[in-house]
Amino acid sequence: MSILVGTETRLCVSGITGREGTFHTLRNREYGTSVVSGVTPGKGGQSVEGIPVFDTFHSAVAETAANTAMIFVPPVFAADSILEAEDAGIELIIAITEGIPAHDELRAYSVIKKNGRARLIGPNCPGVLSPGKANVGIIPAAFFKQGNVGLVSRSGTLTYQIGNELAQSGFGNSTIVGIGGDPVPGTDFIDVIGLFQDDPETELIVMCGEIGGDAEERAADFIAAHVTKPVLAYIAGFTAPPGKTMGHAGAIVSGSKGTAAAKEEALEAKGVRVGRTPTQVAELAVSLLGAAA
Amino acid sequence: MAADRTRIRIHYSLDRPMDLLEYQGKQLFARHGIPISPGKPARTVEAAVAAADEIGYPCVVKAQVQIGGRGKAGGIKLADDPGEVREYAAAILGMDIGGLTVNEVWIELASDIASEYYASIVFDRSAKAPLVMLSTKGGMDIEAVADEDPDAIARLHVDPLLGFQSFHGRRLAFEAGVDADVVRPVGAMLAQLYEAFIAEEATLVEVNPLIVTPERVVRVLDAKVTLDDNSLFRHPENAELRDSSAEDEQEQMARERGLTYVKLDGDIGILGNGAGLVMSTLDVVALAGGRPANFLDAGGGSKAEAITSAVEVILSDPKVKAVLFNIFGGITRCDEVAKGLIEAFEVVKPTVPFVVRLDGTNDVEGRRLLAEAKLPNVHAESTMDGAAKKVVELAAAP
Repeated sequence: MSILVGTETRLCVSGITGREGTFHTLRNREYGTSVVSGVTPGKGGQSVEGIPVFDTFHSAVAETAANTAMIFVPPVFAADSILEAEDAGIELIIAITEGIPAHDELRAYSVIKKNGRARLIGPNCPGVLSPGKANVGIIPAAFFKQGNVGLVSRSGTLTYQIGNELAQSGFGNSTIVGIGGDPVPGTDFIDVIGLFQDDPETELIVMCGEIGGDAEERAADFIAAHVTKPVLAYIAGFTAPPGKTMGHAGAIVSGSKGTAAAKEEALEAKGVRVGRTPTQVAELAVSLLGAAA
Repeated sequence: MAADRTRIRIHYSLDRPMDLLEYQGKQLFARHGIPISPGKPARTVEAAVAAADEIGYPCVVKAQVQIGGRGKAGGIKLADDPGEVREYAAAILGMDIGGLTVNEVWIELASDIASEYYASIVFDRSAKAPLVMLSTKGGMDIEAVADEDPDAIARLHVDPLLGFQSFHGRRLAFEAGVDADVVRPVGAMLAQLYEAFIAEEATLVEVNPLIVTPERVVRVLDAKVTLDDNSLFRHPENAELRDSSAEDEQEQMARERGLTYVKLDGDIGILGNGAGLVMSTLDVVALAGGRPANFLDAGGGSKAEAITSAVEVILSDPKVKAVLFNIFGGITRCDEVAKGLIEAFEVVKPTVPFVVRLDGTNDVEGRRLLAEAKLPNVHAESTMDGAAKKVVELAAAP
């Protein structure tokens, strides 16, 4: 098994006719993902290398039974596209777009949460890869093979780095999930770690966080309460400079949370081992699971 | 809630929030009908005196910098006549407050104050909703209040789909314990601040103090506003308010070129793709004994021109003795990175060594291009740890 994307995935790409949209859509299809349609308003009836393009998500869903959306449109249109996919009944919306206005994200997140029928991953994320089954997004799949490590990360490229270190130590992945680094991620560490806990193929969970916010601290509490599988963590940003934050409201809300050291401490206090470099994470994985095949 | 005294003000150091000066915040408030005191900004002593003469006395001379603690630093003074305005403006203009130089003062008509409150609205990432806070303990260090008497701050999350309702304002005012006769005007003021927060796409609106005058008028006496960088394209009037004087040369250059750059104090230039990988690269270089000169995220999908441009920014810092490229391509294609670097060598002609690690999308092609270009003093490394060790060694070489 795997989580979120797999052989059941029927993908519809919003922004399929754009340069990057086309490039990554075709890479996803080449990998084996079932790409059933695309959406570009005004280009309905065209096709991209045999993939039919529709004007609206509603027609794409009706004609091609898409159940997963990938959002690949510029930031100014992205929240609207996410909401259109949700309105059309798409169950899983993976938003790659970077730079979406924070208030747009908040509105899209709030609608999805209120309606309770779709899951949003991202925005500003690299997507989801279940090696050997499906790739939705921009993760360079060639570096990863099927296996027993579930990987979840806030950063795209850091995900590849850690995943690659694990691969070099012989580990494969059940699924790799990039949740994105934006202020309002549709899906949090907690959600994905919960899915990995319930996934029979996943034997080890690796979470890859970074400074800012308190998602890692909340994940630590969740892991202590709900997760029986071993969890490893990596936190980026130990040497990052402190930001100049104006006003005091942020500090009142977040307290001391947010630094790499605070996150490491919170995780280790709940029994989650934290590697100081991507290579060390792979070494810890070997020490927990034994050398992989 | 346990008191927490270790308030490390790291929000997310690589976000690029846009902080407004107090008077810019007040002018933004005024556009939404929020009552402010009459005032004018001034960049010279003469202009300050002229502004004060126009506004009237007594007036307050306030340093305009995007940092707290202005009063304690001597940056806020009450002046009774033109002579005092001249004296205070001369002292405050050019003053250093928390590392920022004061280039501007705001001259404002002094207010009579019966009560000082604290009000703020912050984009709460954790709760994924705007958080509105109100306290009667305004005009002082609100973080100390949060530590010592957290219940003195009334807090309420607003469902963004519902928006701020009158009952939210009443509830906050009653829970904070504001004077009974101003419950409604304070609630109404919170509604106006919320409207400004949404309409201007702010991530922070903070007023300390929010005052009640002896005539029982509610008014803002300060304004801290942070805007969302990603939404500025919809607010051209706000985009113009950016104060680049607080940025150094490289940071300004990088921002103009659409690169995320933070200057650090070491000698190893760093370029990577994706904030997480760049932060990780800084950590790994530091663990290898090196000191990074900068954080530079070339971003997703960087084209060759962006890479060339980034190399120029990195090398414009004279402290840089070696440069590390750490690329793991997803949306970024390694062949584009290689082309950009080759182009940069033609344009900039670097004299410092480069260590380049390319993995990910089109990496084979990227490495081939680099190998064929035979750039002087460019070292290819296959792992992040190996690349970090190599660049630290090269930077340390005499």
